[in-house]
Amino acid sequence: MPRGNDKEYSVQQMIIEKRLKKKNHFNFEKLIPGLLLLTAVLSVLTTIGIVFTLIFETFIFFDRVSIIEFLTNKKWYPFSATNASFGIMPLVVGTLKITGIAAIVAVPIGLATAIYLSEYASEKARRVIKPILEVLAGIPTIVYGFFALTFVTPILKQMIPSLETFNALSPGIVVGIMITPMVASLSEDAMSSVPRSIREGAFALGATKLETTIKVILPAAVSGITASVVLALSRAIGETMIVSVAGGSTPNASFDVTSSIQTMTAYIVQVSTGDAGYQTTIYYSIYAVGMTLFLFTLFMNLFAQFITRKFKEEY
Amino acid sequence: MNVTLLKSQSKQIENTQTTHIEKQFVYKTTDLNLWYGSTHALKNINLDLHENEVTAIIGPSGCGKSTYIKTLNRMIEMVPGVKTSGEIQYRGRNILDKSYGVEDLRTQVGMVFQKPNPFPKSIYENIAYGPKIHGIKNKKVLDEIVEKSLRGAAIWDEVKDRLKENAYGLSGGQQQRLCIARCLAIEPDVILMDEPTSALDPISTLKVEELIQELKNDFSIIIVTHNMQQAARISDRTAFFLSGEVVEYRDTTTIFSNPTDKRTEDYISGRFG
Ligand SMILES: Nc1ncnc2c1ncn2[C@@H]1O[C@H](COP(=O)(O)OP(=O)(O)OP(=O)(O)O)[C@@H](O)[C@H]1O
Ligand SMILES: [Mg+2]
Repeated sequence: MPRGNDKEYSVQQMIIEKRLKKKNHFNFEKLIPGLLLLTAVLSVLTTIGIVFTLIFETFIFFDRVSIIEFLTNKKWYPFSATNASFGIMPLVVGTLKITGIAAIVAVPIGLATAIYLSEYASEKARRVIKPILEVLAGIPTIVYGFFALTFVTPILKQMIPSLETFNALSPGIVVGIMITPMVASLSEDAMSSVPRSIREGAFALGATKLETTIKVILPAAVSGITASVVLALSRAIGETMIVSVAGGSTPNASFDVTSSIQTMTAYIVQVSTGDAGYQTTIYYSIYAVGMTLFLFTLFMNLFAQFITRKFKEEY
Repeated sequence: MNVTLLKSQSKQIENTQTTHIEKQFVYKTTDLNLWYGSTHALKNINLDLHENEVTAIIGPSGCGKSTYIKTLNRMIEMVPGVKTSGEIQYRGRNILDKSYGVEDLRTQVGMVFQKPNPFPKSIYENIAYGPKIHGIKNKKVLDEIVEKSLRGAAIWDEVKDRLKENAYGLSGGQQQRLCIARCLAIEPDVILMDEPTSALDPISTLKVEELIQELKNDFSIIIVTHNMQQAARISDRTAFFLSGEVVEYRDTTTIFSNPTDKRTEDYISGRFG
């Protein structure tokens, strides 16, 4: 049948006309890649700028305080007028305590939640619980901070009388609560993306739900789960408000969780909001601490990427 | 520990308990009806499936073949809103009875799916998984089971040097035979296959067909297929399904050479479906 002969119009004809019109007009389409590139370059440049400032100011700090002292000295007394000492260790230990406690809270609860949501929950339960998790993830951290100080700490104090008002335990637990939704939601994504057919294969062999989950689904989703844990922990490392509010400001290198601590982030806040003079050693020290923090999270993120790539599921 | 021995002993015990039911049937389906919500997918199915035979189920798309075969190991329960009535006796016991443990049933009745679905694990682990979850831990026994199952599925020579490699590195046809091996590893009584060759190339299909021929000496096989030649080649008996009903069920030679029902004749001569 010849096209367009028995009707008043031909689609091809119309398309050709439109295209001709377009060609004569100024072509916006051609500009798009350029514009997009510009924004991409802008964000890359900003990042490079930040990192460069960080490195630059850190170098000035190491001009005044030796890097050996920074890494090996076990005391962080930047404000001491007579013998200030800048050993990063206490701040790192403070951060690690928070991160460790947070992991102990977030990994089991987050994983259990993910398993429940992906393997056991009915469609209805999932529809209720997932949004709640997302709301939990959206609560401002300052709110979590006061929750730790005014609610969790008093409860813990009743159980552990020797607990100080500012301590590592309470903010650690609350940071754990804060990152649990992230672990749960990302792990749930990883587990639900294991195809249904693989579950059926296990069920058809007489496996129970638990056997299928533990021995087939979890191993299949292991890279996604690990990545979610690592990402969540790198958030815990960078967490600032909760530890500033409830953790105190006493840098100490002991692994005791009941006494007051200071994390790297909390120190930066303390100096930034205080009255350390511009270009003093204390001023430059926040860049060195910031640099350390940056290296920690950078390493964690690279590790997460490595895991995801290395154990890429192929189904 | 000899698994085969244990298995055959337990089968013997079962058989002695049920000798009064005709021994040559593995499944007896009586007045089976099934609904997906309000869709009446299976209507008054009466079908007795024979021991050590290959039974083919044919019929046009949507006639209920998959639905039926999935009720035989109760995989159908995974679909929400499924209701059944009637009875399916497996070795003399009604499997639709809620008291029948579904894991027990699936340990006896294995299944091979349309699309190969190996676990994202090594070839070895794929086979060892079934025995492992049923409590067999001895490494030596597992090694033996793995070799025996892979040999049974005619894939041993192709994979014996790469047992530790991920199963997803195998071709589609090899993956499907691996899935058959996985099924053989727990030495089931019946093997259900839902269009096991529809995702395979002709040569892999041929290999799987030859395999099925061999397997029927030790297992009872129920296979859904869209391929009429395949049904004719490999099955002893054929059931023709249409709109959720069994139109005709006879031995394969008769149904293909001399169908009684007009609708069967139309279907196998390619006039519809
Ligand atoms: N999960 C489901 N929910 C609702 N209806 C379903 C579901 N699965 C199948 N059905 C319906 O039940 C009927 C039988 O489906 P079934 O999958 O058993 O057909 P089949 O014979 O296997 O078809 P095919 O040859 O295409 O695989 C069809 O009408 C189908 O639409
Ligand atoms: Mg089907």
